[in-house]
Amino acid sequence: MGKIEDLEVINGEGYQLTTLDKAIGLARANSVWPLPFATSCCGIEFMATMGSMYDMSRFGMERLSFSPRQADLLIVAGTISKKLGPVLKQVYEQMSEPKWVLSVGACASSGGIFDTYSVLQGIDRIIPVDVYVPGCPPRPEQIIDGVMNIHKLVKNESSRRRYSDEYRHLMDTYDIDIDKTGENE
Amino acid sequence: MQLEKIKTIDFLEDHLINMSNMKEENIALSSTLNNSEESTPKFKEVTHESRESLEKILSDVAESNTNSEVTHEKSDSKETIDGKYATINFGPTHPATHGIFQNILKVDGEKIISSEQTVGYIHRAFEKLAERRPYNQITPITDRLNYCSSPINNMGWHMTVEKLIGVEIPKRVQYMRVIIMELARIADHLICNSVIGVDTGALTSFFYPFSEREKIYELYEEVCGARLTTNIGRIGGFERDFTPTFHEKLKNFLRTFPKAFEEFNSMLERNRIFMDRTKGAGPISAERALNYSFTGPNLRAAGVDYDVRVMQPYSSYEDFDFIIPVGVNGDTYDRFMVRQEEVRQSIKIIEQAYKNLPQGDYKADLPEFYLPPKEDVYNNMEALIYHFKIVMGETEIPAGEVYHSVEGGNGELGFYLISDGGRTPYRLQFRRPCFIYYQAYPEMITGMTISDAVLTLSSMNVIAGELDA
Amino acid sequence: MILTLTKLEKMNNDIILSRIKEHFSSDVISSEVNFDILTLEISASKSYEIIEFLKNDEILDCSFLTLLGGVHYPEDLNREFAIVYHLHSWRKDFRLRLKVFVPAENPSVRSIVKIYNGANWMERETYDFFGIIFEGHPNLKRILNMDDMDYFPMRKQYALEDATREDKDDRFFGRSSN
Repeated sequence: MGKIEDLEVINGEGYQLTTLDKAIGLARANSVWPLPFATSCCGIEFMATMGSMYDMSRFGMERLSFSPRQADLLIVAGTISKKLGPVLKQVYEQMSEPKWVLSVGACASSGGIFDTYSVLQGIDRIIPVDVYVPGCPPRPEQIIDGVMNIHKLVKNESSRRRYSDEYRHLMDTYDIDIDKTGENE
Repeated sequence: MQLEKIKTIDFLEDHLINMSNMKEENIALSSTLNNSEESTPKFKEVTHESRESLEKILSDVAESNTNSEVTHEKSDSKETIDGKYATINFGPTHPATHGIFQNILKVDGEKIISSEQTVGYIHRAFEKLAERRPYNQITPITDRLNYCSSPINNMGWHMTVEKLIGVEIPKRVQYMRVIIMELARIADHLICNSVIGVDTGALTSFFYPFSEREKIYELYEEVCGARLTTNIGRIGGFERDFTPTFHEKLKNFLRTFPKAFEEFNSMLERNRIFMDRTKGAGPISAERALNYSFTGPNLRAAGVDYDVRVMQPYSSYEDFDFIIPVGVNGDTYDRFMVRQEEVRQSIKIIEQAYKNLPQGDYKADLPEFYLPPKEDVYNNMEALIYHFKIVMGETEIPAGEVYHSVEGGNGELGFYLISDGGRTPYRLQFRRPCFIYYQAYPEMITGMTISDAVLTLSSMNVIAGELDA
Repeated sequence: MILTLTKLEKMNNDIILSRIKEHFSSDVISSEVNFDILTLEISASKSYEIIEFLKNDEILDCSFLTLLGGVHYPEDLNREFAIVYHLHSWRKDFRLRLKVFVPAENPSVRSIVKIYNGANWMERETYDFFGIIFEGHPNLKRILNMDDMDYFPMRKQYALEDATREDKDDRFFGRSSN
């Protein structure tokens, strides 16, 4: 194992001194396993981002996980209707900690151009969101920018985040019981 | 117009077509294969294990329901014999359903007995939304119907409004529209076929066509600025003429794409694994397909050559020389092959349209709907008033009702517009081919295994945006 | 089996109209031609028989159901809901539009699922949007909206937006808040 780049380290001949948080953050950020919850047009742009021209696997996201139990990042791309809301919440609750949410597209962020009776006006009505990527649909470069922002969050986040009061309070506002998260409902 | 038509056969029979009676010469005329020497119809022999059981089930169905009333809606749970049947939930979020729809399957081991569907997970209320928006603002909504080939939806809507107004469109605009629509059709079929490949396990076949799709995206960007949901064209023509960069990119595309496409094709077309998986998976006979109002490649794979571009030509399609590929069995392999051949025919049409692109104006003379140039707006009172009315959506449109349909990537995409003379439509209904043919899915997968059901679904090219509108 | 559609003789709207009137003279209420498509208004009680006749007749041969939908006219009393059928005859190369008007108190018409299987979901969608009951439909329940929705959203009296949303201020959208 060589030197860890991009970290505040004290380097010497044959040793590095850093904090565990930073090492864990780097490891986590560069191997995020996303769950693509792709519903509509933004899903096609997400597929283009996974394609060979705007390669997402350079960011460590080669392995898509369609099972929420094994995923770190929930990428919601596309319109979420009220009928699909409970499904999305169930998928989010099944993911185990630590988890992040990336909302791709105008429809997922705020309902988009569909201000109608059947569309949920933004997924942050039901689950907490970390990064929003606007656009209709956003270009693959924008989606990559969103992913890089997620990496910044992942790198700098404390690994004890889930036990903090702020986090608990946030989950309470969404009616998500974090003590039961990751178990069967 | 030169079209190769296949021999006429009377088709309204009252019984299911007996597949073993198909004759060789009918098959040889169809153009689902390359023009290679080894065009013996190997695909006619179906060696799927459940072929016999499927035929038995279908003939039982035909005998019991002489009124051709097939209902697969209710799955009665009291039907279990010793509790042998398991219920499996296939969706709504499932990696293999490309889109959000749910199928509840009742299976006996791996064989599917019946299924029930739930759709509407992306219902965005397009039809109600269209009653609120003026006519040129409805184009972005039509984009999001079949978002893999959104220019076709846009052009179809523009042609509907032009039909209602009764305006004559210049020839150059019609040829430009044909080029853009055929590019969109290529893009749509590329996604569908690469996804069929992915579902059989060939992940490489996903990446190659997607990089070709990037070239098509670049062509769209030259015209309208957007990649996927294009909002391309205007009522009356295009927003600008084709730029020199577009001409160069299109020439490049026509030179390099056929070779790349044949590479993709050669990976799957005669691949033993692919053929074994897809032959006999999810067949539908022509008579059942017609009863379910199928259109598009799914119907053509079942053997009926109905294509809106030929039946009721629009936008100068009668000037072009292309053939309609037709399949034999209506199963997944035929749907794949029909789409492949349609891509080749689309390239042929684009080459003809590009070579014969007439000189002329890129827009019709339609001041009430087409924005005047900016110099006129600043200097001319009339142009200023038109600009204001168009942007605020206050243009008057004649009252009337019109139905216009185009050949979309999945079939006949129709627009039924009732206008009462106001600034927004009174009623706009979209005839969405995906919605109409997805109801036949339970019938197609009864008796198949679950993996065949997955393949059938991806080969039907059900786009969630078009399904739910 | 390969099937092909060659256009046989060209049909014109007068022949169609006269042939339908021959058999159902009292049930054709009005007719007009919109952009080359003959539009007939037929009575609700005989809609099934007329459509069945159109499918099985050798001369008219309407083999394909293109579209089925509803329209709401709240102003026309006793004729509030219209159900519009678009039929297409491939071999005779013509399209036909049939309209059935039903009153708001009892919006129901007989289902044509037995004639065209493709009408199954289209009728469910029309029920979901307008509340029109199709008698004889095997599974008439909501298809696109949520199952527990208690109103029919495409009717003209209901707004497009969700009435319970609190995050958007209608004044900024040019709509007065009611």
